[in-house]
Amino acid sequence: MRTRVLLPLVVLALLLTGCGGDDDGGPDGRVTLRFQSLAWQEESVEVNQELVKEWNASHPDVKVEYVQGSWDSVHDQLLTSFEGGEAPDIIHDASDDLADFAYGGYLADLTDLLPERLRSDIPQRSWDTATFGGGIYGVPFLQEPRVLIANAKWLKDAGVRIPTPERPWSWAEFREITDELSGDSKYGVAWPLKEPVSATLNLSLSAGGQLFHRDTDGKVTVRFEAADAVMPRTVHDQANTDRSASPTTLGSGGSDTLPGFFGGRYAMVPLGFSYRQQIVQQAPKGFDWQVLPAPAGADGLTQGVSPQTLSIAEDSSHKREAAEFIDFLLRPKNMVRLALGDWMLPTGTEALKDPALHTAENDWATGTSLAGHLRSAPAQSVRGYPEWKDKVATPAFQEYYSGAIGLAELRRRLEDDGNLVLARYQR
Amino acid sequence: MRTSRTGRAGQYLALLAYLLFLAFPFLWLISTAFKPPRELGSLHPTWIPEDPTLANFRQAFDEQPLLQAAANSLIAALGAALIAVLLATPMAYVMARHRTRLARAATGWVVVSQAFPLVLVIIPLFLVLKNLRLINSMPGLIMVYVVWALPFALWMLVGYVRAVPPELEEAAAVDGAGRLRTLVSVTAPLLAPGIVATALFAFVTAWNEFFFALVLLKTPEKQTLPVVLTHFIGAEGVADLGPLAAAAFLATLPSLVVFAVIQRRITGGMLTGAVKS
Repeated sequence: MRTRVLLPLVVLALLLTGCGGDDDGGPDGRVTLRFQSLAWQEESVEVNQELVKEWNASHPDVKVEYVQGSWDSVHDQLLTSFEGGEAPDIIHDASDDLADFAYGGYLADLTDLLPERLRSDIPQRSWDTATFGGGIYGVPFLQEPRVLIANAKWLKDAGVRIPTPERPWSWAEFREITDELSGDSKYGVAWPLKEPVSATLNLSLSAGGQLFHRDTDGKVTVRFEAADAVMPRTVHDQANTDRSASPTTLGSGGSDTLPGFFGGRYAMVPLGFSYRQQIVQQAPKGFDWQVLPAPAGADGLTQGVSPQTLSIAEDSSHKREAAEFIDFLLRPKNMVRLALGDWMLPTGTEALKDPALHTAENDWATGTSLAGHLRSAPAQSVRGYPEWKDKVATPAFQEYYSGAIGLAELRRRLEDDGNLVLARYQR
Repeated sequence: MRTSRTGRAGQYLALLAYLLFLAFPFLWLISTAFKPPRELGSLHPTWIPEDPTLANFRQAFDEQPLLQAAANSLIAALGAALIAVLLATPMAYVMARHRTRLARAATGWVVVSQAFPLVLVIIPLFLVLKNLRLINSMPGLIMVYVVWALPFALWMLVGYVRAVPPELEEAAAVDGAGRLRTLVSVTAPLLAPGIVATALFAFVTAWNEFFFALVLLKTPEKQTLPVVLTHFIGAEGVADLGPLAAAAFLATLPSLVVFAVIQRRITGGMLTGAVKS
């Protein structure tokens, strides 16, 4: 999000000038809702458009218009839309992008708008991801755990124990195994850590890492404790001590690691569950791959996620109808269709029972069995988190993983520099 | 001074290397656009697709309204280029021919305006357009593109006007031509390459522009190509590389065609000045 830093200035100026929005009511008593979807993969776009068509066929008085948005620019585009009074009624986004909008009053509190069916279908741990200051500002509906995508033949030939969700690897065991798999310019693992902060914080939950601690008066401080160091130290040691993690992929995105993975250079790549789609499309014929759970720590397989969400604009004149559309979109069967289209997991407990998500094909079953371990990503509701992440944590983790600084310096930066940043937001 | 044969070979070699350097991203884009997914994931990618396919193009057209977006981009870019040139040409003429204090100040202001960051410009623009009810409208976007391109267009054209010797206009006046006749029959033909180059600049600037279009256009049927191209990019920067490359390749074509057609005229026109042979 290239202009993310600059856009707050725009918003500030617009606020100062008291720029209000126009009413977006539909003509002739017929309600028209605009639904901005961020679906981008062929199957996913198709499912979303089909569902809109089905809704329109069965609800002649409430027409939904499908508007295509883009993950690449959604934050900036929504900010200006909100301020210009042009925001779509129903907004597709991710829970880690909602805090600013929720606190800024741009999104409607859904607490009293959503039907009980939907409220009880989605577990509280998922609602927590979209709850800010006591209000619910988005319906979390799709999520994905970070998993290990492994070269099945390589692991089998090496004779290592294959982990399962019931008996995962510990972080120490994972390190030993990647060491065993490495050698001869080949690596046991390739960590794509272009965006190291969310990956590190989310996976650190497995070891009990919290990093952000909220005291009794609600103030948040950073404390980098022993549990927070488990995952980062494993990666650091794999890359710098054992040489079992490729040093070149530490600055890469997930897709960048795939050619090396297919080419037999890396035995495993930690990626989001939805990357399976790319793997199915791009893997050479006969390439045998499998999904393994991420390593477990003191808190088992727990990891943080920021689910995709559906929200309603505060400016919408038809919140009730928008909530009904969301309820329709997220009926268990529809939620399954959306999940399959995006190769992700639904949050709804009914949807998660669907047989299509428990097949061995493309290892859906392995991912589905991890759903119960997913929690709200740490810090997504912490004010000042984006600045802490960009200015302090990202460079600190990058330098630590590359071996440029040690654990003590990492801790100093995250805590000392980080708390200075957070303090500015909590005066 | 005559260049030796080795020196000339070196020059051509350097030129070729420079051309390859410039063309590399575009050639790679073309190669990617015709590759099936399996080749995109290969550890040893090839320049020429081993199993070339049009599937990426089909998918790009199926998933996104590329033709509609291209039409919108074309309207915005042509509109911006035309208006910018219509406004800039007389202004440039006055600024070049009448070197008053005001003209010098205006020239200085044009230079300074180039230093404004985008984010400073968009605030007043957004507010003005909103009050004029021009948000989410093509005329609004064209207006912004004209404003955005005008200073540099003016700057370019002033240079071209100055390159036309005033003596030619004086000679026409001596021969009895009026002001308008001089401008139409003497100055305009000599200025044509400059006007074309300026229009081209304004066209390409508007054709490639992303941020204004993203912020100002709200409904999908009005979106321009650069905005629609981002729809091939998913969360965390994961891209649908094949269709994205196919769509980006098609988006680049109009600029290339316009350049190819006009380039000869620009250079040709510049060489046919009023120089004594």
